[in-house]
Amino acid sequence: MSLHPMIAALRKHKSGVVLIAMQIALTLAIVCNAVFIIYSRVEKVNRPTGMDESNLILVSQQWVGAPSGDDPASIQKLDELQREDIEALRAMPDVVSVTPSNSLPLLDSSWNGSVATKPGSDLIKGDARSTYYFGDENFLKTLGLQLVAGRNFTAGDVTNKGFRDPAEPSLVMVTKELADKLFPQGAVGKAMYLDGGTKPTTIVGVVARLQVPSNGTWASTFVWNSTIEPLRLNANYSRYAVRTKPGRMDAVMHAIPGALYGVNPMRVLDDDSVKSFGAIRADAYRADIGMAALMGVVCLILLAVTAAGIVGLTSFWVGQRHRQIGVRRALGARKIDIRHYFQLENLLIAGGGAVVGIALAIGLNRALIQYFEMTTMPFWYVLVGLATVLVLGQLAVLVPAMRAANVPPVVATRTV
Amino acid sequence: MLGYYIDLAVRSLKRSPGLTMLMVLAIGFGVAASMTTYSVFRAVSGDPIPWKSSKLFVPQIDIWGPKARQGGTDTEPPNAMDYNDAVALMRAHRAKYQSAMYHISPSIIPPDRSMHPINVGGHAVYSEFFPMFDVPFQYGSGWSASDDTQSAAVVVISSKLNQKLFGGVNSVGKTLDIEGKDYRIVGVLDNWAPKPVFYDVVNTGGFTTDFEDVFLPFRRAIDMGIANDGNTNCDEIPKGSGFVGLQQSTCIWIAYMVELDEKADVAAYRDYLDGYFREQKEAGRFSWPVNNRLRDVPAWLKDQHVAPSDTQVSLVVALGLLIVCLVNTAGLLLAKFLRRSSEIGVRRALGAPRNAIYTQFLIEAGIVGAAGGLLGLMLTWVGVKSVAWVLPKEIATLARMDFSLLILTLIVAVIATVLAGLYPTWRASRVQPALQLKSN
Repeated sequence: MSLHPMIAALRKHKSGVVLIAMQIALTLAIVCNAVFIIYSRVEKVNRPTGMDESNLILVSQQWVGAPSGDDPASIQKLDELQREDIEALRAMPDVVSVTPSNSLPLLDSSWNGSVATKPGSDLIKGDARSTYYFGDENFLKTLGLQLVAGRNFTAGDVTNKGFRDPAEPSLVMVTKELADKLFPQGAVGKAMYLDGGTKPTTIVGVVARLQVPSNGTWASTFVWNSTIEPLRLNANYSRYAVRTKPGRMDAVMHAIPGALYGVNPMRVLDDDSVKSFGAIRADAYRADIGMAALMGVVCLILLAVTAAGIVGLTSFWVGQRHRQIGVRRALGARKIDIRHYFQLENLLIAGGGAVVGIALAIGLNRALIQYFEMTTMPFWYVLVGLATVLVLGQLAVLVPAMRAANVPPVVATRTV
Repeated sequence: MLGYYIDLAVRSLKRSPGLTMLMVLAIGFGVAASMTTYSVFRAVSGDPIPWKSSKLFVPQIDIWGPKARQGGTDTEPPNAMDYNDAVALMRAHRAKYQSAMYHISPSIIPPDRSMHPINVGGHAVYSEFFPMFDVPFQYGSGWSASDDTQSAAVVVISSKLNQKLFGGVNSVGKTLDIEGKDYRIVGVLDNWAPKPVFYDVVNTGGFTTDFEDVFLPFRRAIDMGIANDGNTNCDEIPKGSGFVGLQQSTCIWIAYMVELDEKADVAAYRDYLDGYFREQKEAGRFSWPVNNRLRDVPAWLKDQHVAPSDTQVSLVVALGLLIVCLVNTAGLLLAKFLRRSSEIGVRRALGAPRNAIYTQFLIEAGIVGAAGGLLGLMLTWVGVKSVAWVLPKEIATLARMDFSLLILTLIVAVIATVLAGLYPTWRASRVQPALQLKSN
């Protein structure tokens, strides 16, 4: 089929053509970017933290009337309180393992610093940023982390210190990501320096993966850089990670307040004090899932509206050209020729709109990068978007095109 | 004449219900998506204290210098203060009102001993905090300047905490056990929860589900060792240990705000801050040039990126959707109007001026817009209800349907549709009567 008469016909109703093409261009631009946002969020939410996330509970509590001083006697008193709690939790039925822990991945309460291979480097920069986890010999087992080199902490490694005591530990475990960055030749046994200090800290073990607590963009440069210190941190509050037997998590969560009040009633436990890791994860990613859902809804509305617009305008054109279609049919055009005419016409308009749309899509992505924290959209999103609008156009034009094909040749003989 | 045009428009719309429905749906969904995201955007980018926000300032002093900055283009000084500078600024007392503030999270033993101890959030502040932010009181008032200096054991509590502990009666004068010490209640706040939390952006990011239940005198909290429960950022490890070590360090953990009513006051305070910096520099503390900031509340909220970028991106995308819906409506209206070319031809031939055609078709567009607006209103209501499911909890409660949103939804729908109808109407008015009559 020659394109020439078709283009000549399109010129007759420029404005309708331009409106549809514009709509397709905008749809392409928005859908590409929205799908890219959805994909980025889904990818973020699906990152494994490195833990075995099922059957894991976090307990956060605060003692009342506990010593607030930093003298050794106060610290020892706080440590006693903490050890009592750990004992009580370990003694609970269905509890597999318990560790004190200052935080967990995605909890958004974190302790961050920098690590370096040389002493006395700058605190804020260092060689690498890292988050710190403080736990005991059961930290690995309770969180379900995978040790890939070296050894776990032993009970003898674990010490305690006041919450604001700047003393550095003598040994730590680090994540593989951090180990590879600092010591590509193997990190076990090597010394590193925490927070620009001058006291060496030996790496005894390397874990496969452990995400940092913060989910914010400011922490996105060191998401997998974690350092684990063999320490019970003593303050007037404490956190414990608890692993339960499969299927027993709810029962254990229910029983924890009673068990802790049993040890010592002078403490604060509120609604949020005993939380499953699932709940922590859901809270952390709520905004991302919400954004993905919102973009999904916008995409669906957009595609539906554009499809409806194509159906509406093409139907109008079919009505307008009723007589011409009849003439063509009377002159020997087959039904399929008429249908193809409208399909090809749509492809031409949609293609024209899509070319503009590709430029718009890239422009929108640039703008989002400039004004908001967005990354560059890979070009294949644009190609998928292109395919989507072309297919959408073809599907939308099908109904009016079939109606056009069914116009009987006898129409040509009527005057109106 | 208007009634006649409305009647004509309704007849015409009824004649092609499918097309009409398409337009109404497009407008409805487009407007609803925009209004829903706008309601969220409005909620997070609002001015928390509109009558005064341009008089409240956040001083920032560059105590860390260039070495602490991450990137090459970043020239911003730290966004909070260390203890020594905060206390020095309080002592100098150069503004009308000023307060250093830090976040605390003490435990309280309820007077009813059968209740378990509870944990509350709050701030350690100076007495001027309350008049500076026009904090409303249900009972009593804030404490006095002498309570500040004498480190008095007084407390201001929220109406929520008053309800929980004292059943909502006037509890001024009663005592409250905070961290094992007795405090005299001097004031009970009325409902006060400004959003964004402009006086503690660093800890809350502007929005939080935590409730502010207690306010203690700053000096008292320091003396009692009620430690900072908010962010602490350090450029070097504190030399001393504990909370006292933190007070001696250059770590930043204190928020600071001042009220400056006149332009001259602002300039004077700026000079004071720069002078303070130079004084410290001469004493050998800094080796870099003056790099202070004094931002008012709107500028501060902007600088700290309080409005989440997600809400802005959503708004941009939803506005894009609205534009597509309008282009779509313009196309459909064009089809609809031009299909009636012969009708227009007859009217024109019988003497109707172009203006009459304009009026008739714009009214038709307006009716489509109004119908779309009504649908949009319902969908916006559904949208605002359902964003609560997907937004972070601290923001979800802020997005709501109110009268102004309702009116805005209708106005946007009608105006947008009339705008979309302009071109089709113009085309309709250019129809040549002779041509139309002839072809029949």
